[in-house]
Amino acid sequence: MLRMVPLPVPGRIVAALAFVLAVPALAQSALPPSPYAYTQLPDPRQEAEAKALMETLRCLVCQGQSIADSDADMAGDMRGLVRERIKAGEKPEAIRRWLVERYGEWVSYRPPVEPLTWPLWAAPVLLLLLGAWLARGRFRRRRR
Amino acid sequence: MRRALIWLPLAVFAAFLLVFLLGLGKRDDPAIRSQMIGKPVPAFALAPAVPGHPGLAAADLARGGPRLVNVFASWCLPCRAEAPQLMALKRRGIPIDAVAIRDRGEDVAAFLRDYGDPFERVGADPRSQVQFALGSSGVPETFLVDGRGIIRLQHIGDIRPEEVDAIHAAWERAK
Repeated sequence: MLRMVPLPVPGRIVAALAFVLAVPALAQSALPPSPYAYTQLPDPRQEAEAKALMETLRCLVCQGQSIADSDADMAGDMRGLVRERIKAGEKPEAIRRWLVERYGEWVSYRPPVEPLTWPLWAAPVLLLLLGAWLARGRFRRRRR
Repeated sequence: MRRALIWLPLAVFAAFLLVFLLGLGKRDDPAIRSQMIGKPVPAFALAPAVPGHPGLAAADLARGGPRLVNVFASWCLPCRAEAPQLMALKRRGIPIDAVAIRDRGEDVAAFLRDYGDPFERVGADPRSQVQFALGSSGVPETFLVDGRGIIRLQHIGDIRPEEVDAIHAAWERAK
């Protein structure tokens, strides 16, 4: 049978000390974040553009999150890059292209229409048609 | 026709099962490879990260001979594990430059003092901008750049002792 065994007293003290003295492993930089990592652009229209783009860019170190959602240092620096380039007048799609050129389509949450991805785009339409066809058969039978 | 259609859902299920079973055998590779291999190093110029080493610019990487560019940080633990391998590569005569990501000068200096200093030039990249330009997605990473400034290889993660020979060979081939 499995059960918890209480540690003897000296062991407990050591364990408690270990918790108290534990420091987080060095995994993040000591530098302050990029100026535009957590600061919105002064122009609301530009900020909206930047936000929309950031929500469709994938964080490189926290795969599965967008850079808008992530608190990783690197995501912050990427938000800084996006906002600074939008501020300088660059188009969001140009910034996406610049990143895709470096990291591949992987970095973008918006899949392009290309031979590899056409099933992805066609599937909803095909499923809808299939559903309509099935429903038609059902209605017909009922009328009879 | 009707009778055959009854088997369709089972067939679809079997197809999915097959795809998933095949997927189980695949090795998961979370690394995001740079698409810049075979392309010239993008233009950049970084200020020195630490006293005693000049900064690093793209032009420094197109001076006739192949070089390694180590993307590292003093706050990165695998970079410490990698340090002896970089020293070994340097002893074999391979020039190594570095980009220090989100780092402070005094921290970089302490890192080089504690774990060895194989670098010629060390550029400071406080906001990861050159890291993004290179298509690098973490620390440590090592790029091999040939004498014309073309990126030839990206090594993701720390260089292990058993990988030193392969990197040395790639450097020889890039000559």
